[in-house]
Amino acid sequence: MTQSEWPLWEVFIRSKQGLDHKHVGSLHAADATMAIQNARDVYTRRLEGISIWVVESKHVHASNPDDADAFFDPANDKVYRHPTFYDVPDSIKHM
Amino acid sequence: MQVAPSETSALHSYSAEVRQQLFEYVLQLADTSLILGHRLSEWCGHGPILEQDLAMANIGLDLLGETRSLYQYAAELEGQDRTEDDLAFLRLATEYRNPLLVEQPNGDFAATITRQFLFDNFHYHFLRQLVSSPDERLAAIAEKAVKEAAYHLKWSSEWVIRLGDGTAESRLRLDKALAGLWRYSGELTTPTALEKSLQAAGLIPDYAALLPAMTAHLAHVFGEATVPVPAGVFMMTGGKEGRHTEHLGYILAELQYMQRTYPGLKW
Repeated sequence: MTQSEWPLWEVFIRSKQGLDHKHVGSLHAADATMAIQNARDVYTRRLEGISIWVVESKHVHASNPDDADAFFDPANDKVYRHPTFYDVPDSIKHM
Repeated sequence: MQVAPSETSALHSYSAEVRQQLFEYVLQLADTSLILGHRLSEWCGHGPILEQDLAMANIGLDLLGETRSLYQYAAELEGQDRTEDDLAFLRLATEYRNPLLVEQPNGDFAATITRQFLFDNFHYHFLRQLVSSPDERLAAIAEKAVKEAAYHLKWSSEWVIRLGDGTAESRLRLDKALAGLWRYSGELTTPTALEKSLQAAGLIPDYAALLPAMTAHLAHVFGEATVPVPAGVFMMTGGKEGRHTEHLGYILAELQYMQRTYPGLKW
């Protein structure tokens, strides 16, 4: 007997040309082809997108929440990493 | 009765006879999409998984959208005071002109997929030709619907392959569905007297011309699904002339209940 639950897939939709694919949710499907079709039916019914990516959820590796202190807090007091200490010349547009 | 394209741009350019025939034919197309759309809507909340529940509801809604355009056009062709709602909700089963296939019960998922695939294979190839109809309204409706139908056919084709070439259980169910439904597939491409007349006038596609592409796609999908194409089955017809299976009456009882009980009721 085969497994009764299909694997989980993460769905990424690009809403229009030039924008990034954004994570919109997840769904179940037997394989990538079905996952893309299911994503079309579940997540693009109201003109949400022009392109779909799917990734099987097991291939997404996440940082451990327990590491959050070590990972992210050290960046908290390094304001000099933001490029805010320069005067932008008037002749430079679109910054 | 040859109708030149330049004469067909406006309704009033049709002779009374052609106009009546076109009315009846557009009604037939509308009934077909309505009944199949309604059948798919019966799955809503009962699909095997959420994603396929939505897929079937989406396809049903596509068909209902096509139905509305067709009923609206039919009402204009008739030129009486009937509206799209009157045509959908206040006609008797014997006045419905949908082919028998689309009124067949949903059965299990394999039966719904099989019914959908047999219809989509016709619908898609038919619409691709209908976009060139000299009747501008039919051409415009087809133009919109053919994109939807292309997706429907993709969806149902892949499911036929998955079920046919899947597990022993899925194959068994597909075989059973095909044994019950194949006999209704021939009606789609068997022209009635009305259809022959409109085909001769060049207003609608010649079904014989659709067959090579339909047969090739079916052979490809069944080949992938490892399912033999049924042969030597007697084809049932009559739906397009108002002779229906017992199922249509039950569909209409549910579909028309509200308008029959509360005439003129609006949302």
